Amino acid sequence: MGFEKFLFYVLSLITVWSSVMVITRKNPVHSVLFLVLAFVASAALWVLLEAEFLGIVLILVYVGAVMVLFLFVVMMLDVDIATLRAGFIGYLPLGLLIAAVMAVEIFLIVGPANFGLAAFPSPEPAGVDASNTRDLGLLLYTVYVYPVEIAAVILLVAIVAAIRLTLRRRPDNKYVDPARQVRVRKGPDRVRLVSMATEDLAPAPAGATIADKGESQ
Amino acid sequence: MPFDAAQLLPILPEITILVTASLVLLVDLYLDDQQKDLNHSLTLVGILIAIALTGAVGGGEARVFFDGNLVRDALSDLLKGSILVVSLLAFVYARPWLRDRGMLVGEFYVLGLFAVLGMLIMVSANSFLTLYLGLELQALTLYALVAFDRDSRKGAEAGMKYFVLGALGSGMLLYGISMIYGATGSIEFGPVAAAVAEQEISNKVLVFGIVFLVIGIGFKFGAVPFHMWVPDIYEGAPTPAVLILGSAPKIAAFALAIRMLVDGLESLHTDWQGMLVILAVLSMGLGNLVAIAQSNIKRMLAYSTISHVGFIFLGLLSGSQQGYASAMFYTIVYAVMSAGAFGILLILGRKGFDAERLEDLKGLNDRDSWYAAMMALIMFSMAGVPPTVGFMAKLLVLESVIRIDMVWLALVAVFFSIIGAFYYLRVVKFIYFDKPAEDAPALLTTGGVRFAMSVNGLALLVLGLFPAALLSLCQAAFA
Amino acid sequence: MIELWNALPLVIQILFKIAAIVLPLLGLVAYYTYAERKVIGYMQVRIGPNRVGWRGLLQPIADALKLMMKEIIIPTKADKTLFLLAPMLTIAPALAAWAVFPFDEGLVLADINAGLLYILALSSLGVYGIIIAGWASNSRYALLGAMRSAAQMVAYEIAMGFALVGVLVAAGSLNLGAIVAAQEGHLLTWFWLPLLPLFGVYLISGVAETNRAPFDVAEGESEIVAGFHVEYSGMAFAVFFLAEYANMVLIAALSALLFMGGWLSPLPQSWVEGNWLLNDGFHWLLLKTFFFMFLFLWLRATFPRYRYDQIMRLGWKVFIPITIVWILVVALAVVYRLPPWWSA
Repeated sequence: MGFEKFLFYVLSLITVWSSVMVITRKNPVHSVLFLVLAFVASAALWVLLEAEFLGIVLILVYVGAVMVLFLFVVMMLDVDIATLRAGFIGYLPLGLLIAAVMAVEIFLIVGPANFGLAAFPSPEPAGVDASNTRDLGLLLYTVYVYPVEIAAVILLVAIVAAIRLTLRRRPDNKYVDPARQVRVRKGPDRVRLVSMATEDLAPAPAGATIADKGESQ
Repeated sequence: MPFDAAQLLPILPEITILVTASLVLLVDLYLDDQQKDLNHSLTLVGILIAIALTGAVGGGEARVFFDGNLVRDALSDLLKGSILVVSLLAFVYARPWLRDRGMLVGEFYVLGLFAVLGMLIMVSANSFLTLYLGLELQALTLYALVAFDRDSRKGAEAGMKYFVLGALGSGMLLYGISMIYGATGSIEFGPVAAAVAEQEISNKVLVFGIVFLVIGIGFKFGAVPFHMWVPDIYEGAPTPAVLILGSAPKIAAFALAIRMLVDGLESLHTDWQGMLVILAVLSMGLGNLVAIAQSNIKRMLAYSTISHVGFIFLGLLSGSQQGYASAMFYTIVYAVMSAGAFGILLILGRKGFDAERLEDLKGLNDRDSWYAAMMALIMFSMAGVPPTVGFMAKLLVLESVIRIDMVWLALVAVFFSIIGAFYYLRVVKFIYFDKPAEDAPALLTTGGVRFAMSVNGLALLVLGLFPAALLSLCQAAFA
Repeated sequence: MIELWNALPLVIQILFKIAAIVLPLLGLVAYYTYAERKVIGYMQVRIGPNRVGWRGLLQPIADALKLMMKEIIIPTKADKTLFLLAPMLTIAPALAAWAVFPFDEGLVLADINAGLLYILALSSLGVYGIIIAGWASNSRYALLGAMRSAAQMVAYEIAMGFALVGVLVAAGSLNLGAIVAAQEGHLLTWFWLPLLPLFGVYLISGVAETNRAPFDVAEGESEIVAGFHVEYSGMAFAVFFLAEYANMVLIAALSALLFMGGWLSPLPQSWVEGNWLLNDGFHWLLLKTFFFMFLFLWLRATFPRYRYDQIMRLGWKVFIPITIVWILVVALAVVYRLPPWWSA
């Protein structure tokens, strides 16, 4: 128990610290990387709660895919932090005040008074054989099958919307379609043998050929 | 556990819409630019089938399906039907506008249908999870529809604003839901209601959760002070998107409020009543006053929406069956009016021209007297002039407020609706007493649009004269 | 001896076990580079390294020494912290993935239930090292390489993940030991046969995931010099090198484990009873792994580099649909108990 508690505090500290870094770093790439760290630390917290499936999936989906694309985009963008931060100091007092009020409120509500160990005793640790992948799967595809299907439709909408909003064919685009290219067959498409009468061309002087080549290079 | 196929019966309308959307998505791939009308026909057929199925599977006792995730009751039947009908009108109006601008593509119909699907899911949700997923489905499609004209800077800006504020609203809602879950240990409305009735007000977490829920509802409805997105998005988005966004989603938002506040948390009525009073008064006041100053008709209609939301809240906050029924009546009527108003704006538009300023309505009577009459009907109805249905709707919500001895609130509402009448009637004045602009051509519309608009406009009159049919349906939903 | 071992604290025991996995692995990696040069050399009718030691056998040691002696040059305006962090981020997941890898029945460092998922998650982290290296170098070529690599790895990770979902459906478990146990029998009961399309997708995606030829556009020495690690030198470069080969070994070993029955013998149990050489054992796993490692080299020697857009097309439009269809097929086969694999 002692070691787990120690781990919990270390991981929580990392999570909080990296979250603060996310919003305070000047460089957006650093911010994204700290966000990744926050995700990894919270995944570890999840594993500590015996929710290893959720923890690993958090890493797989968010860290491994979503944040990679995020990083990709942020690296491509030329974000001018100076202009973004122009009003930062001006808004800071108000922002801090609101944040403080929110923090106090949340502490009062979510704090030990309402969600303490008395109201929510820690559950029995699951057995060694408990597989949360299996349990989650069983629940998702029986009790929650309707919400799961809706979530699937939401993802479909996301695809349609993203393609509609971004895919555009510019007329001057020199796009080649690899699907058509790879469909070219060896026979008639690629090489065509033509039979034609030989043409008698006068051989050019050797020196001229070299000179021509030199110019064209 | 074997799956009971009978569970699929109550969601047949949803399945129809989903299948239609998928079909349009696939068929659209193989259509030439000239054949895109097929998408339109498919969509309309799909919605019609869904309407028929709603009627077929509807009626009877309220029943819960899918382990408590879905409910089919009188409320869901009526709201589903009205969402589908209003959406049908919207799709009919939108086609000429889209074709003139080269935007008659499958994606519009796919996204529109998915928005409808989201609303249907919200309406029949029986747990916070389903409700939230339906809401997100609807919201996501609407974000995309707002930014649908991707070459328009205004559209993109509106889409971005809508997305950021919508996400904020969803976040608030979700936070509230998590609080409620923490306090009650369930996300299903039935058990939540039972747990809440047991704990009453003593639980601070519940109250905290409700605050966030109401904020979320306010965002989704566009009630003051969470209305910032409404005018900008109405102005910036392409008109067909506004048509879809401004009509049926209000019905879905009403369902959101009813399901969460009434189905889940009715015993905390006194807590959320106070919050709704504030939202209602602010919405009616700000909406009506600011609308007067608008010269852009889409912005004017946006502020008009905000004021109508105030009236809907009047019915909701009364906390009585009669109040809920009147709010429901108001919402459905408002969705029909709003569809009609934006439909007229679409009819006024033509290739390279969008009707956006109030002046664009000048002399509509000289250009097409039938449409002028319909627009006048819609405006009268929005203003609440008898014998149109708008009057009936306002009367009913006022009655419900008076019944709970909040006469002052009723007086405030009457005061602001009188102020509001000014800008609606100004539109009527433009239509009948001003000359059209020199270059305004005659209005060319298809028979389908004319028919739909006639039905739409006359419905407001007929419902005003004979409100009993719809009203009894609304009351049955809360009996 | 055993008493001494048991007397050690758990942490020390685990450290020893880690060393017992990592040190041979690094040796293997070192000689894999030698094998690569030799194999490709012979395939191209050359001899390959033959100067250092007998037949060039000491070449990897010499290379390692050389790289250690060299200076690590940090480009001006590079992001120094991230520049140095990147190689570590590349090698760490490549080594950490071995924690759940079973070498024989029960012979595993951490026998966790979600082993397959863990490996998938860790292999998805490998891309960070490459992206960060590309960005932190403050070099155009490096950034281009990083971008290519990021897009490619995300694309192929999906195909690879789906291929592994097929394995998971077939085996009914995420535990790597249980997956091998589910293939019990002989050559024809291993998963490569019923999951043949997934097996193919997995192998090719594995090549793409490790940025190896013919999918090595992230390095693409003839196009963008050396891609993401163009600015690296000395040990920093060596670590990238190590990570790439460690990943190849991992992919090869996983292919053996997931599709080729791991340590199982290809002959039916009744034929090999009592014969330690033919019976199940670690040597079979090693043999299979070596085969797939050789395949990597063979591919590199044989195929020209893919063009970037064709790589993307292959990943998104060919592999992902294939895997989705085959997952469905496998699911049906499992539900309807298709013999001989799921008859029980």
